[in-house]
Amino acid sequence: MSATEQPQERRIFAVVVDNEPGVLARVIGLFSGRGYNIESLTVAEIDPTGRLSRITVVTSGTLMVLEQIKAQLARLVPVHGVSDLTEEGPHVERELVLVKVAGGGARRIEALRIADIFRARVVDSTHRSFVFEITGSTEKIDAFIDLMRPLGLVDLARTGVAAIARGAEGM
Amino acid sequence: MTARTMTGAEMIIKALVDQGIEVVFGYPGGAVLPIYDEIFKQNRLQHYLVRQEGGAVHAAEGYARSTGKVGVVLVTSGPGATNAVTGLTDALMDSIPIVCLTGQVPTHLIGNDAFQEADTTGITRPCTKHNYLIRSADEVASTLHEAFYVARSGRPGPVVVDIPKDVQFASGTYRPPEAVNHRSYRPRTRPEPQAVEDAVALIETAKRPVVYIGGGVINSGLAASRALRRLVQQTGFPCTQTLMGLGAFPASHPQSIGMLGMHGLYEANLAMHGADLILAVGARFDDRVTGLLSGFAPHAKKVHIDIDPSSINKNVAVDVRIVADAGKAIEAIRRRWAARGGNTDHRAVEQWWRRIAGWRKRDCLKYEQDDKVIKPQYALERLQVKTAGRDDVFVTTEVGQHQMWAAQFLRFEHPNRWMTSGGLGTMGYGLPAAIGVQVAHPDALVIDVAGEASILMNIQELSTASQYRLPVKLFILNNQWMGMVRQWQELLHGERYSESYTNSLPDFVRLADAFGWTGLRAERPNEVDGLIDAMIAADGPVIADVRVAQMENCFPMIPSGKAHNEMILSGMEEPEARIDAEGMVLV
Repeated sequence: MSATEQPQERRIFAVVVDNEPGVLARVIGLFSGRGYNIESLTVAEIDPTGRLSRITVVTSGTLMVLEQIKAQLARLVPVHGVSDLTEEGPHVERELVLVKVAGGGARRIEALRIADIFRARVVDSTHRSFVFEITGSTEKIDAFIDLMRPLGLVDLARTGVAAIARGAEGM
Repeated sequence: MTARTMTGAEMIIKALVDQGIEVVFGYPGGAVLPIYDEIFKQNRLQHYLVRQEGGAVHAAEGYARSTGKVGVVLVTSGPGATNAVTGLTDALMDSIPIVCLTGQVPTHLIGNDAFQEADTTGITRPCTKHNYLIRSADEVASTLHEAFYVARSGRPGPVVVDIPKDVQFASGTYRPPEAVNHRSYRPRTRPEPQAVEDAVALIETAKRPVVYIGGGVINSGLAASRALRRLVQQTGFPCTQTLMGLGAFPASHPQSIGMLGMHGLYEANLAMHGADLILAVGARFDDRVTGLLSGFAPHAKKVHIDIDPSSINKNVAVDVRIVADAGKAIEAIRRRWAARGGNTDHRAVEQWWRRIAGWRKRDCLKYEQDDKVIKPQYALERLQVKTAGRDDVFVTTEVGQHQMWAAQFLRFEHPNRWMTSGGLGTMGYGLPAAIGVQVAHPDALVIDVAGEASILMNIQELSTASQYRLPVKLFILNNQWMGMVRQWQELLHGERYSESYTNSLPDFVRLADAFGWTGLRAERPNEVDGLIDAMIAADGPVIADVRVAQMENCFPMIPSGKAHNEMILSGMEEPEARIDAEGMVLV
């Protein structure tokens, strides 16, 4: 069976890197240069004194490709560690999205009602619009966005997935 | 630890000297003038002025590959850096330790499209193992020391250090090199005991084993070649080498079954195809080695030793993965195997050798030599005969048919004697690489086996060899064609020879004369020996223009998209019918 016929799997990798210029370009360049998928990517500094950032990247590929991605990430010089959160055990993954819905009348009331069901928060409000903030799994956020589209969704911003292993152990 | 204040440019020289560097290949320009000023004031570092920056990187590669040391390059910003890109990519593909210092426009002009500005770290990110942009003089020493550590540790590779001109002038504190305890980059070199145990168990029971070795054995150092030789001898297993691994195991050793791969030997490829155990050491199952992946070594258990975890399970799924230095892993396996009794399946391995002997009888490198036209194979066979027995012969090549013939017909008994552009296939590599080798080994016989097309790609470096009186020998197999391109056009494109004939070639003998080299020519088979004798006897550099058969093809050949057992041998009928549409798209 050739590589292309093998099933694709979704994986979340957590990558701890030196927070230095160009490090994100290195990671992104690796994915584009080698033809790997990026479904989402988030990055922020997690340790200002140690100058460390954490990149969470959601990708998909065959098992062989996923093993490659992990090995290729790990051999980058500024990379301190790579963790395959999907493979290594239970984990929590969350995404945050800001959704702007504009309009009035029944659609406005329905948007508010659905937001309540999803436990979304209103973080900005005008007579003609709301901005909702919602946190959750990618599926929950997708569902929320789908429901908001016919109700006047005009803009949205997603953070991409942040994920962490369950239990007492650090990465 | 002593710390001293000096300028960035002074610190660069000091850091290179403290790293044990004696030789730099480079080309000056505006953004590196302070560094060149410091070079002028000292005599610890010898600078070799090339004629184009691309030549500097290949020269440093030749220097590094023939010595096992790090090669150092110094070029200016903008075009200096972009000209170095091909060499950097070449060094990345072939895992050659290089530190390349590039000048950069002053810090305050970065991003302004200043004169001779290029985003060097951006451009070189995918073609280096790592790169740095230095932002203050205080970072100069530590960054350079780290660059050398990264270049030579783990799987070696090229490292770029981009240094803005204001940093070269600014004062800072110099720190000498210390034992590096890198924050994040600490490659594993010792094999996992359980993996060693698993490998030994497979060695003990293998009936049709092959040891498949690559450039990683050479990069690991002389001890690795010695350890490999012990393991192969004691187990009695056959050993095949990749293009990059030639010399890591002696070619004349009875257990060597030669090079494998697209233009590898019949016996080596069929042994791989029939094997039930492949012990891969410092080799990366490159597409030139495996041929059609689904047909590659279908019956073999595979053990893969590599210092780079990303090389394992990349192209070929293996059964035992050993992430370690090649030498350490081989020695660990040999010791454990010996401690467990040193057993192999003697009878089966003996039978296996009888099959290999049968394949050898096919004499796959056979060619016909008449008394009119020189066959390229004949010229190389004579070169081999005339240089055999000397242990100071170093060979570089360009890229193409001549390169494959050189790999087939020249025999390497020691590592670090064969420098060829394997992964990237860089035409123009051989002449500057030979210059680098000759710099490292002034009294050795350094030969660039070249084609007439490749040699023109970096022909300006003739001048470098003249300047430093480097007696390199260019052995040009001149068939007036880009031979490998022509061969593929013949086999895959209906003999439509599109743009592969080199019109208006120079007269190489007169070209030699123009650069102060000696020019020689052979046009008939009976002139070849005399030409080689004269070439070797000459004190200075020589261009030997060997006019060879124009339409000769390089065989054996695994056509693209085919497996090891589908080789084309010389004299087979209608080979083009054997390459299908899927194979056509492969390079």
